[in-house]
Amino acid sequence: MIQLNWLLTLSGVLFAVSVAGMFINRKNLILLLMCVELLLLAVNFNFVAFSRYLDDIHGQIFVFFVLTVAAAESAIGLAILVVLFRERRSINVEDLSTLKG
Amino acid sequence: MLVEILFWVFASILIVSAVAMILVHNPVHAALLLVLCFFSSASIWLLIEAEFLAVVLILVYVGAVMVLFLFVVMMLDINIEELRARMTRYALIGGLVAGIVVFQIVSVVYTRAIGVDVEQGAAGKPADYSNTAELGQKLYTEYVYSFELAAVLLLIAIVAAISLTMRKRANLKQQDIAAQVAVRREDRVRIVKVDAERPAAPAAPSGDKAP
Repeated sequence: MIQLNWLLTLSGVLFAVSVAGMFINRKNLILLLMCVELLLLAVNFNFVAFSRYLDDIHGQIFVFFVLTVAAAESAIGLAILVVLFRERRSINVEDLSTLKG
Repeated sequence: MLVEILFWVFASILIVSAVAMILVHNPVHAALLLVLCFFSSASIWLLIEAEFLAVVLILVYVGAVMVLFLFVVMMLDINIEELRARMTRYALIGGLVAGIVVFQIVSVVYTRAIGVDVEQGAAGKPADYSNTAELGQKLYTEYVYSFELAAVLLLIAIVAAISLTMRKRANLKQQDIAAQVAVRREDRVRIVKVDAERPAAPAAPSGDKAP
């Protein structure tokens, strides 16, 4: 029988791996977007696990909406990426300093 | 027993492919490893009887989002060598932050502070239980407004993505409505004053008509 703490630990490790990926790949915008997808997947793991073990379907419905928002987010993010590449011929994050932040 | 073995196998595949994804240099390889992550997650979700979400994860992520990622990665001509330079500079602090995150989450999970017995296993559902039916019943009754909002959100995403990436083509023949509406009478019509006068008298009849 799969225990709840196994799932929570797995999701925590997955979350940490994708956070580390954001630090390591901090120049490549595409890999940053992929790491965001992995972060959302790790969070969805928690929702599904608690929904299963508390026998409450609402967690899975929330995962459904998170998936929707994540799909919309990656579609718009990639569109912005394509426009950016057309303008700058580069997707390096360090080139994006127009706002001087 | 088989379920536990499968869980650990899928969990190890998931973690290994996630680690490989953040370490490989080629974005195409990273995208394919992310697909492997999604597949093993979907398998684990099947094991804990969240069947509908497992199928949706494969359909939406592997079928749509990752194909979009691969399309963009292959369409853009990215200089990988430039991007991977000085990449290891932040690997140390990244690993440190990841270690702290794991420590915090694991310590919270194992102190039982969340009010749940974390070592419990879920009771199996009966054979005629349908995860999809139960999700659908909640989704179309209690969450129907949220469901429609999600649909509108997807529509906004479609419109935004298309309008962002659409390019005006130079030699395309199309109507310019604004120019049509803004046209003035002076641009189109020219009034020419012509003196009214009797036309010149026709030539004198020669007398012999055509037969």
